[in-house]
Amino acid sequence: MTYRPRASPLNVTRAAVACCWCLALALAALMLSNPVDLGAVTVAILGAGMAAGVGRELRRAALLALPLAAVIMLVNALVTRNGLTVIVRLGDLPILGQTDITLEATAYGAILGLRAAALILCGALYTAAIDPDQVLRLFRRVSFRSALTATIATRMIPILVRDAARLADAQRCRPGAPPSRFALMRAASAGVLDRALDVAAALEVRGYGAARRPPPMSAPWSRHDLAFAASAVGLLVLAVIARIGGLVPFQAYPLLHSPAGVPELVLAAAILACALLPFADRRGIAR
Amino acid sequence: MTVLELDRLTYTYPGAAEPALRELSLEIGAGELVVLAGPSGSGKSTLLRAASGLVPHFHGGDFAGRVVVAGMDTREHGPGELAAAVGTLFQDPETQVVMGTVRAELAFPLENRGLPAATVARSVEETALALGIEALLERSTSELSGGELQRVALGAALAGRPELVVLDEPTSQLDPVAGDELISLLQRLNEDSDTTILLAEHRLERCLPAADRVIALIDGRVACDAAPDAFLEWASHGAPELQTPGARLLSAVGLSPLSSVKRARAALRANGMLPTAERGDRLSADSRSDPPGWRHRVRAPRGKRSTVQAALELDRVWHELANGPTILRGVSLSIAPGERVALMGRNGAGKSTLLRHAAGLMRPTRGRVLASGRVALLLQNPTDYLIHETVAQEASPGALAAVGLGASTFAERHPRDLSGGEKQRLALAIVLGDPGAPGDPGAPGHPEARSSVVPAAVVCLDEPTRGMDRGRKDELAALLRGLEAAVIVATHDPEFVAAFADRVVLLGDGAPIADGPAAEVIAGGTYFATETARILGGAGGALTPAQGAAFLEARARSEVIA
Repeated sequence: MTYRPRASPLNVTRAAVACCWCLALALAALMLSNPVDLGAVTVAILGAGMAAGVGRELRRAALLALPLAAVIMLVNALVTRNGLTVIVRLGDLPILGQTDITLEATAYGAILGLRAAALILCGALYTAAIDPDQVLRLFRRVSFRSALTATIATRMIPILVRDAARLADAQRCRPGAPPSRFALMRAASAGVLDRALDVAAALEVRGYGAARRPPPMSAPWSRHDLAFAASAVGLLVLAVIARIGGLVPFQAYPLLHSPAGVPELVLAAAILACALLPFADRRGIAR
Repeated sequence: MTVLELDRLTYTYPGAAEPALRELSLEIGAGELVVLAGPSGSGKSTLLRAASGLVPHFHGGDFAGRVVVAGMDTREHGPGELAAAVGTLFQDPETQVVMGTVRAELAFPLENRGLPAATVARSVEETALALGIEALLERSTSELSGGELQRVALGAALAGRPELVVLDEPTSQLDPVAGDELISLLQRLNEDSDTTILLAEHRLERCLPAADRVIALIDGRVACDAAPDAFLEWASHGAPELQTPGARLLSAVGLSPLSSVKRARAALRANGMLPTAERGDRLSADSRSDPPGWRHRVRAPRGKRSTVQAALELDRVWHELANGPTILRGVSLSIAPGERVALMGRNGAGKSTLLRHAAGLMRPTRGRVLASGRVALLLQNPTDYLIHETVAQEASPGALAAVGLGASTFAERHPRDLSGGEKQRLALAIVLGDPGAPGDPGAPGHPEARSSVVPAAVVCLDEPTRGMDRGRKDELAALLRGLEAAVIVATHDPEFVAAFADRVVLLGDGAPIADGPAAEVIAGGTYFATETARILGGAGGALTPAQGAAFLEARARSEVIA
């Protein structure tokens, strides 16, 4: 999964704001436990991905996130002894001992899984929709070399994926039995080192070795910068009110208490509106 | 004013037994366009790396003597500091582009110098306009073609307005059109902005017309330092392998070698060997308006009509990407047993995809591929095939001998330590296999089923001559001509095609646009033609200097008789 410039409001927003907006979504997912509102955050991330033109990338991330969410739910249900509503008695299991599956542990496991899925999707949205070169500029004033190393490592991933595909094709062209996995691993490792040396030489001749701290850049804030900044603040305020203000109560143990009344629905609608409204303004985004 | 000065430079890579450069002294002045010539391993790349400071700062090794670039001694200034004065472009564009977008790539070297944002933005725009890549500025670098990537890498090298630009075989991965465009671009930069250019190339016929001076390196020493015509004169006796095809043609008919097609043709005309109206006569005789190679009728598949079973047959093969363009458009081709076929066309025309379909690495979305036996495929990078610790583990002695790698010399060497040409041969030995060799499945790393490998009915090679000097290309052409199987080579190199192929298939936008004997298809073109054919205007279908000289002598005899 790599970044490609696209015509969307999130793509044209300055990296600092776009990063903060993604961070606000991630914090909201971490702070909210009510399934209605956590679900709203997840839907907001998916909707933002589609509005940013990276729906395909998010779908791929979801294929990784959903099994992980299921595993988290299963593990929590199996290992957590809390909860009073037993729904399945599994008896005495090896390692786990006496195991009763409770409604509360299963529900809370599902919420933990949903939270993990939301965080993975948020990471995918960040990777696919925010320009890593701008992120590099953002961080290079703080720690230029670390930021550059991180960016180059990201840049190497698609190159190495292509190298691996080439290596696999070449091995398919060998007549006879396929070579051992160890031999392939060794060849792939040698190839990675060769590639790293080539990229390092290219960096040297582009002046990386003598890189200086760049001067500050000032550019006027666009309407999209302002909209996403307001959205990030709004998301954080909503999450904090819900968490600290007790607007949407949630309790997993010992008995599940997860209301889905008007306050929860209003908060969910507010989260969705706050996250997705900046995408409504598509002026000045054509590339 | 001197931009680059080398004073008695001797350099040995770490662990190497012999120096790559020996007592090298030369000066390059401001505004010169200098071509660096020499066979593989002669020290061209090392000299360029010394100019950019990578030697010795990046590679290490033993360094003696002095290199001064734009007043900076490279012993005291590393490549990072020298980058302000030297722009560097290597062979492989993919590993030189380090940022995500074209704009960021062009800005990267400027930002490294700590220039103000406004200066960076202005320089990026100016560089993009100068190189004609302004439309690419917002594109992701991962989406660019090889030619576009090379232009972007050149842009990154030029963005800081360096005094000296060093380029190491920048056209080796480009098709003839993109290669010629790049050379023209360099010439324009040199003329417009007085930028000094030092260019290492194997295909000298492509860049000599633009050069002010040629420096020939042999065994790490300067063997010749002269103007292009004087260099060709020297090469005719001092290093025949460095002669351009045009120079060999002129030498063969007793004329002094010249560095451009136009001047060579004028010399032939001035000596009465090529009538002024030659081209017009040929065209009127043909009563057609296009050069013959481009109008040759595309062959229908011979399949059922042929009495001999085809070694390989592609029957209306389509390759359409799920969310992308169509790569092959109903390609129908029939390759006879033992036939030598060159597949030509621009980057992205579908050559590599067609070979992958032939070898079964891809499945057509429509149509079918039929082969009479095993199809061996050698992909572009031979190193991808090398996975064992010794040459003997990679291929059997019989297979090594078949490609000219003596087992006694190479058996115990590490495959990655071989030269480029040797790696190519070893990879060819791997894909060809050795049907006659007894296998030893118990040996570690031994290709277990080698003893049961059936001989290849078709051998496909994808761009096998990239970065090869003429000597190695001639060796490869001889090797391929000696194979019993049908051979298909995808290549951009018309000189190699002339030496190897009986038939040329020219692909354009995923479909054959010309298919016929090599003499017909590549004699009449411009980009996909040999230098001899361009000098003679396609007359007589001569492709090689020897054929051209024979044609001119035959013409002279017939005129005497008349």
